[in-house]
Amino acid sequence: MDRSFAHSKTQVLPQSVKRKRQAKGFWKDYQLYLLLLLPIAYFIIFKYVPMYGAAIAFQDYSIFKGVGGSEWIGLDNFKELFAMSQFYTVVRNTLLLNLLDLIVSFPAPIILALLLHELRTLWFKKVAQTILYLPHFISWIIIGGLVYQIFSNNGGLVNNMITALGFESVPFLTEKNHWLLVYLGTGIWQSAGWGTIIYLAALTGINKELYEASEVDGAGRWRKMWNITLPGIRPTIVVMLIMALGKIMTIGFERPFVMGNALVMDYAEVISTFVYKVGLQSAQFSLATAMGLFQALVGLVFVVGSNAIAKKMGEQGLW
Amino acid sequence: MVEGGAVTNKIQRTTRASDVLIMVFIGLTVLLSILPFLNIIAVSLSSKEAIISDKVTIFPRGFNMESYKLVFEDARMLKSMGITIVLTLVYTILSMVMSICAAYPLTKESLKGRSFFSMLIIFTMFFSGGMIPEYLLVKELGMLDSLTSLIVPGMISAFNLIILRTFFSSIPPSLEESAYLDGSSHIGTLLRIVLPLSLPVLATLSLFYAVSRWNTYMDALFYITNSDLYPIQLKLYQVVMNSMVTDLTAQEGAIQTEVVAEGIKAASIMFATVPILIVYPWLQRYFVSGTMVGAVKE
Repeated sequence: MDRSFAHSKTQVLPQSVKRKRQAKGFWKDYQLYLLLLLPIAYFIIFKYVPMYGAAIAFQDYSIFKGVGGSEWIGLDNFKELFAMSQFYTVVRNTLLLNLLDLIVSFPAPIILALLLHELRTLWFKKVAQTILYLPHFISWIIIGGLVYQIFSNNGGLVNNMITALGFESVPFLTEKNHWLLVYLGTGIWQSAGWGTIIYLAALTGINKELYEASEVDGAGRWRKMWNITLPGIRPTIVVMLIMALGKIMTIGFERPFVMGNALVMDYAEVISTFVYKVGLQSAQFSLATAMGLFQALVGLVFVVGSNAIAKKMGEQGLW
Repeated sequence: MVEGGAVTNKIQRTTRASDVLIMVFIGLTVLLSILPFLNIIAVSLSSKEAIISDKVTIFPRGFNMESYKLVFEDARMLKSMGITIVLTLVYTILSMVMSICAAYPLTKESLKGRSFFSMLIIFTMFFSGGMIPEYLLVKELGMLDSLTSLIVPGMISAFNLIILRTFFSSIPPSLEESAYLDGSSHIGTLLRIVLPLSLPVLATLSLFYAVSRWNTYMDALFYITNSDLYPIQLKLYQVVMNSMVTDLTAQEGAIQTEVVAEGIKAASIMFATVPILIVYPWLQRYFVSGTMVGAVKE
């Protein structure tokens, strides 16, 4: 349209108008680049510069000389890291906590979503959802406080009830196996309700006619759930599983940091808390960065790997 | 969902029984979600004597506001709350502006380098330089011990940006095209057409940003050493966690002093939670619809 107009008038158009039109065409996209400028700068400075900074894992980093001036020492930091017995403990703990978390916490929102979906009393459903989402909006500090309030040995709600019934109090927070149970339970408590959102969204996308057809065939509620509902949300489940598997190395910092205590460090010390202690508290920047880099690389392998497996199994995958 | 006439009475009866079963199960789950809050509210409102004798469950015993009085008399606590409120507001606004600026151009097919920019952003979701290089960068930029360290480094969430981009690209292109024909620029179209159509998702993402800023304490723990700048979560960490660590290793004899702290801890926790509890029910309806929009593509 624009072109045909330009074509018919080409000869008579003065230079200035022509330039103006070209400038206008450029200006249109120029605005888009202008919008992108700051965000892209943000990603480069705050995401990619630290990736470059991770080079200090291969250096004897000196804070005065910086990344550019510090001495390169090859894989020495990694050698030192792999020689530490603590290294294996924190890697094991990270995998252990995440794997157990995945096993117990992954199915919870699916089950909850399936049940919520079956609820026919709408007000009840709404109230239930509102309350179930709530723990997701509470900080780990506060959750840590709540956990302590409920499970502590002296004066905790649960132990009060246990002792009131004449049993001995249970060292929920100070004995590592009990602590593990509390840690996992807290994870479910915090995330299960929120996790239902994505499955409920997927559930609304299932074709209603399938249910009607199966009802005519005499399928009961559980039959329908098994044969229609679950297969209907399978792609969502797979994507969520890939994402969860991808994160199996990248345990968050806040939860284990708040929930851990000196008595359960055998289980509670994970990569992120270890990096914090080695790096920021003892200022061994290069060693801690090596640890972080190891974690990030293995994590990347997990994401790419689980995505490839999912695709091989005929699922959509993340990309 | 009306049961057809072909369905026998027997099936209807079992359906009703399983309905009740499901409601009971969900009801119990809901109760479990809310019990810890009820307990902490009860403790915060109870007398020392009741807390010592371990009588507080979900109803306050010996009702009094002593713990809250102590919390509100703590000037640092109020200051931390003020810092967090300002921080959350500034962070949320900047994060939303930046996310919108990034998401909108990425929906335009005419934009050269679009997939490159998208890749650049998405890659950061799977790989990062790590805690220490990020800390060193913040240090290099001279942002340690300043509130900018709690705003700028975490300003854009790639995940939120993707949700926003998905929503923007679901807006019918014909609406935008007619605006261009009327001579509107990209920015003009974004402001006048795209944003007004995106209010639910904008509300949702604002809530996500605000909640994450409100709740995160990790960056403050790393970057802020000056206690005058402590956000509320870090202040809480001191009140709640430090006493917890000593508690766990404490001997029986220390119980008396601990219990006094118990009420204050509970009141502090409520103090930091109430703002969320107030805002949350109002915003809830937005984030359900908004998240679903983002989820559809996944």
